[in-house]
Amino acid sequence: MALIAHHEKVETRGLLLVLLILVTVSIGGIVQIAPLFTIESTIERVQGVRPYTPLELAGRNIYIREGCYNCHSQMIRPFRDEVERYGHYSLAAESMYDHPFQWGSKRTGPDLARVGGKYSNEWHVAHMVKPQSVVPESIMPGYPFLLERELRFADVADHLRALRKVGVPYTDEMIENAEADLVAQASAEGQEGLLARYPKAAVGDFDGRPDRLTEMDALIAYLQILGRMVDLTDVRIEDLLQ
Amino acid sequence: MPTKVEKDSLTGTETTGHEWDGIKELNTPLPKWWLYTFYATIVFSVIWWILYPAWPSLTGYTPGILGSNQRLEVQQRLAEARAKQQVWLDKIAAKSPAEIKADPELARFALVGGAAAFGTNCAPCHGVGGAGQGFFPALVDDDWIWGGTLEAIETTIRHGIRNADDPEARTSAMPAFGADGILDRGQIRDVAQFVLGLSGSAADKAAAERGAPLYAENCASCHGEAGEGNPDLGAPNLKDSIWLYGGTAEKIEAQIWRPRLGVMPPWQGRLPEETIKMLTVYVHALGGGQ
Repeated sequence: MALIAHHEKVETRGLLLVLLILVTVSIGGIVQIAPLFTIESTIERVQGVRPYTPLELAGRNIYIREGCYNCHSQMIRPFRDEVERYGHYSLAAESMYDHPFQWGSKRTGPDLARVGGKYSNEWHVAHMVKPQSVVPESIMPGYPFLLERELRFADVADHLRALRKVGVPYTDEMIENAEADLVAQASAEGQEGLLARYPKAAVGDFDGRPDRLTEMDALIAYLQILGRMVDLTDVRIEDLLQ
Repeated sequence: MPTKVEKDSLTGTETTGHEWDGIKELNTPLPKWWLYTFYATIVFSVIWWILYPAWPSLTGYTPGILGSNQRLEVQQRLAEARAKQQVWLDKIAAKSPAEIKADPELARFALVGGAAAFGTNCAPCHGVGGAGQGFFPALVDDDWIWGGTLEAIETTIRHGIRNADDPEARTSAMPAFGADGILDRGQIRDVAQFVLGLSGSAADKAAAERGAPLYAENCASCHGEAGEGNPDLGAPNLKDSIWLYGGTAEKIEAQIWRPRLGVMPPWQGRLPEETIKMLTVYVHALGGGQ
């Protein structure tokens, strides 16, 4: 009885109701989310994770534009079946520079967290143009237009700047060289600066058309770095216990 | 809004005391089964907090008295699975692919393990069962670009071909005879006819004859005097009718003009040692092992 009398006070005052709802929901958020920012073991101490190169970033933007995350996850969970199929389970550190992360929540296609280096560029081109040409049972749609569309990258330095604002450690040097690095990565030579700034980047022509810089170049450059930044043979389990 | 709790005369249940335009609301109690299930879930969660990692703090979290950790657990599951095959895997680790092949029981294990690994890792390029597709060579025939012995197959799987990731990757580069201006279009047409003639299918005998000295000068050092190929250089046999990039005059000319060069990733590091050896035995047994 007493309680009923009290909640009438709340239910008849809209503003108070909204305030109390906010307070209640925030408690859940504070308890679940806030500690992740202060607990030291949230992000594993592993070596090698670096910001994406401008070309990889452009490819990542295409990945998001085409909605690849609707069918492909980038999150190998710590289960035996997943580790045996896809490789080492994903680490939080590996997506610390992803804004937003591409973990996904559905696998119509396979997980892509460690697809980098698994296939040749030529395979990726054939697969993107017509997936069934290399995987006959695949239900993935083709993306042949990526091979035809020139990559638009005039604003790539702005993308780097925006990511720096949310905590990705792009240096002034990286931002200054963004456009040059993007072009260099898909060229036959002139990648010394790029590789010094972004170790392990896959370089060279990706789409089989050395004379053109297409969206396919960018997307494959992105796919080829996935899961390769951390050398997991060097990592001890003690460093990964959270 | 008057708040007067009263007993409903029809059901005997109390009302909530709310009234809207004369309509009153019964305060029917929750079903007992629902209520007790709800209480049970609360008790369950308290037990869970004690047993498993649960409550976060500013610097850590309550670890739970079971000491459960998903990452340790998966390591344990993997170790358990491995333990079941340990006897076999140890033997495979200790032996060379040739020794594995010579031991019938071990070979049987390797073939099954190799087939499973092939399906996930190799079939996307080489096709189901190694039948080959597109520009990815078939592994079921006895036509080997980089050699079909157990040792050669193991090296290829381990280090791959023309990749930037493994310094020991197999590599060779056929020159772009046309694009780099080594031969002109007419000469390339003649050489292509000669190459077709090696498998007895030259359409233009005169051109093939003109192509013979050009072949000897430019191609024979890798592909062999008689076009028999050289697996050490990844130079394919040109005498048979197996053509990775097409066997028509047009396709052969295109290949001489600006060659396509196959790339294969290295698997050492990505796959366990034993798996690489099992794959070697499996691929060797697909039909063309030498």
